[in-house]
Amino acid sequence: MSEVSVRNVSMSYGRVPALDGVSLEVEGGTVFGIIGPDGAGKTTLFRIMTTLLVPGSGEVRVCGCDVRKDFMEIRRMIGYMPGHFSLYQDLTVEENLSLFAAVFNTSIQENYHLVAEIYSQLEPFRKRRAGKLSGGMKQKLALCCAMIHKPRVLFLDEPTTGVDPVSRKEFWQMLARLKAQGITIVVSTPYMDEASKCDVISLMKDGRFFRTDTPEAIVKGFGKRMYELGVQGSIVRALDDVASVQGVESCSPFGDRIHIVSPSLGREELSGRLSAIGYDTSSLREAEPTVEDCFIEFDSRQNE
Amino acid sequence: MSENAIYAESLTKRFGSFTAVDHISFSVAKGEIFGFLGANGAGKTTAMRMLCGLSRPTSGRAVVAGVDISRRPEDVKRHIGYMSQKFSLYDDLTVSENITLFAGIYGMKEKDIARKSRDMLTRLGLYGERDTLVASLPLGWKQKLAFSSAVFHEPAVVFLDEPTGGVDPVTRRQFWRMIYEAAERGITVFVTTHYMDEAEYCHRVSIMVDGHISAMGTPSGLKAEYGAGSMDEVFYILARGARRSE
Repeated sequence: MSEVSVRNVSMSYGRVPALDGVSLEVEGGTVFGIIGPDGAGKTTLFRIMTTLLVPGSGEVRVCGCDVRKDFMEIRRMIGYMPGHFSLYQDLTVEENLSLFAAVFNTSIQENYHLVAEIYSQLEPFRKRRAGKLSGGMKQKLALCCAMIHKPRVLFLDEPTTGVDPVSRKEFWQMLARLKAQGITIVVSTPYMDEASKCDVISLMKDGRFFRTDTPEAIVKGFGKRMYELGVQGSIVRALDDVASVQGVESCSPFGDRIHIVSPSLGREELSGRLSAIGYDTSSLREAEPTVEDCFIEFDSRQNE
Repeated sequence: MSENAIYAESLTKRFGSFTAVDHISFSVAKGEIFGFLGANGAGKTTAMRMLCGLSRPTSGRAVVAGVDISRRPEDVKRHIGYMSQKFSLYDDLTVSENITLFAGIYGMKEKDIARKSRDMLTRLGLYGERDTLVASLPLGWKQKLAFSSAVFHEPAVVFLDEPTGGVDPVTRRQFWRMIYEAAERGITVFVTTHYMDEAEYCHRVSIMVDGHISAMGTPSGLKAEYGAGSMDEVFYILARGARRSE
């Protein structure tokens, strides 16, 4: 049975729809990523899964319990790290962690092994107030506080937003180790390049999931050909010129190169058409689509 | 020298005993897109505030758009545009009011503002929304409008501080196209970002670690130098040894 099961959930704030028929199943011991821009509905979905909001319609079960009826049981079994830093700024690092442990009827000592690796980096600052920590440190403390009662499922709402790439990489390494201990993780991010760190991802926009699969299968499903062309001179003119070539669907800037998407053109065909309008195609090569390319592609397909 | 839109030499800022920016030197050519990267706390914001004339250097010098930032900080502001994810437009003014306000602050004439804002809004597809409060625009539109407002007075240099955080990928690409357009018009673009794929979009990038510039070059040059497959790897190699965080 899934650790987290969301079936056809919708939710509105007044007349503003936030979620529109969202479904997901998270297997135990996996990392499930929800990928989407601001305003997609990620936080609303997290608040429903963590029993802080009652869904407008649909069914949600976490660790086998119903979010409407068994919310107290669920709260004991999950850890939640909200998108905004929500620890007590005027308590110290150590006081925050003790408080969270006490609320869940446990102690730092009892579950220290779970957070040891992360908390050891915070220990030099354990007497420092949480409000005085750097962004990366706050993030580590918040993760410790969400972990200290040994949850079965961890919900992390945009844990890496605004965090620099090095801290982000370390954070994902920590998540990989928590996963290895059997903890199920549901995590959201606006950074498309983090998708590959998840076992399964859902691409989300405007309150809907428009594609759910493994990152590899998502990239495979792109279904079109993508090329990269080096450009001398004006990138803007090249974008306009190449976009008007027959058989080219779209192109986007990529530094001193452009990426060209075509449903069917082979390299030779495309090269011929580009040469005909005066472009040097010696640099033209096939390129691998990214999760972001797929996000744009699948999003446009559902709008058709 | 006159070709450089930004020129910094041993630029330094100390707060008490803490050296936030430690003798950084670099130059950015007119029309160049320059990515200014660094971990949280590396000193990017402090450096950017000095270049915008908002903070006086402790030592060293910098010239932005031909103006010495230590001697004439107020004049610097006339020649630059600025946009960040955190603050860009006034939510409780309309689209038109925001443009008029910013253009007016930069000393543009009312007649020019009216004509130019009509052109700009038409190009953005926002002319029908000119009397709409900015608060009710989708985030993607706001960011595009904010960028257009930041370059509306055709500044010599525009500073973009994490301009694309949280916006959807389609908007992010449209946004970058606007950046290329501005650069090709001769506006120099100085941009910070946490999206490492965007580092690849810049003509040249610098990476700051602990107040110093640790590396600078074209994205392809840096990748070759560090034997890395992506800018993300280059950044990681350089910044993981950092001693300080914000």
